[in-house]
Amino acid sequence: MVAEVQSLEAASIIAGIKRAGIRFIVALPDRHTSAQLLRKLMADPEMRVVQVCKEDEGVSICSGLYATGHRALLLMQYTGLLDSVNAIRGVAVELHNPVCMMVGLLGLEPGTRPTQSKRYGLRIVEPVLDVMEVPHLLLEVDADTAQIASAIDAAYARSGPVVLLVGAEPV
Amino acid sequence: MMRRDDCLKVLALRRSDEIVVATYMAAQEWIHISPSELNYTCIGAMGQASSHALGIALGRPDRRVIVLDGDGSLLMNLGALVTIGHAAPRNLVHIVCRNNTYETNGSVPIPGADQVSFTGLARAAGYREAHEFEDLADWERAVDQILIEEGPILVELRMVPGDPYPEDFRRLGSLDHREAFRQALLGDRLKG
Repeated sequence: MVAEVQSLEAASIIAGIKRAGIRFIVALPDRHTSAQLLRKLMADPEMRVVQVCKEDEGVSICSGLYATGHRALLLMQYTGLLDSVNAIRGVAVELHNPVCMMVGLLGLEPGTRPTQSKRYGLRIVEPVLDVMEVPHLLLEVDADTAQIASAIDAAYARSGPVVLLVGAEPV
Repeated sequence: MMRRDDCLKVLALRRSDEIVVATYMAAQEWIHISPSELNYTCIGAMGQASSHALGIALGRPDRRVIVLDGDGSLLMNLGALVTIGHAAPRNLVHIVCRNNTYETNGSVPIPGADQVSFTGLARAAGYREAHEFEDLADWERAVDQILIEEGPILVELRMVPGDPYPEDFRRLGSLDHREAFRQALLGDRLKG
């Protein structure tokens, strides 16, 4: 018997983002998510995509949007997350801004937990977030997308950041 | 050469309901020169002021947003010029307080102090206008027009430190003030 392969649907992710009330996407392309997620968001008339040159800009742009009453999502690759550690520390954590981040785990081996990856850069992502006391959620299969809206709602309720890790490449 | 607090006082005299995002030395002075619930101060992650301001400008396109940036701060986030030029918020005025030093961090000179042109960088990045001033009277004559021009606009003010103001980093990072800012804007939107 062949086990059913479970996919992660971009449409389900986008629906979850919209259910969370997000209409601003701040993004730097990540080949893990660009084709199925970012391009669809850019073409979506309900969404406004703000392209940034470096990911840490996005942490502050999302905070500025929050100050005006808008919800936003920063979409980037895990390398951008690691590059933005100081902004996440100083702007999101210490200044209590609900910066919501969706982070592509490019190169994660299918069916593998990030901490078990052969890639050093992927293995350290969750431990780094744990040390920073930043809540995170792994999206691996479509059923996981049901938690997107509640994770974002919780971030706004406690006024702190959250990271949604995109493990599988969305289809 | 202009003094920073004199430059800020010129701006404060013309301020009506503009949002002002300020960082580091300019912020330390601005909160005394022009106290307001519409002041948004940011410290902690240097270089990010213009990015905070972009978020605010996009979130409230009906309000003028002025960011008081530093030269060392902007050098730390130069890509933001391209991001802002591309997003093209019409309501954003980006003021760079240029004294050619990392003043908060021991007044060490910035790299490229004798060469870099922030107005040149801004124009190349897609800002609609860029102005440079080193004389207070020129700045006074221009500021009214700059506050109504279509943005994004960059203003480079060549200056030296002026009178000393009390440093209060706790105030600049105050969550109470940040929440007061949010509430002031939300209340304003409800009234609108």
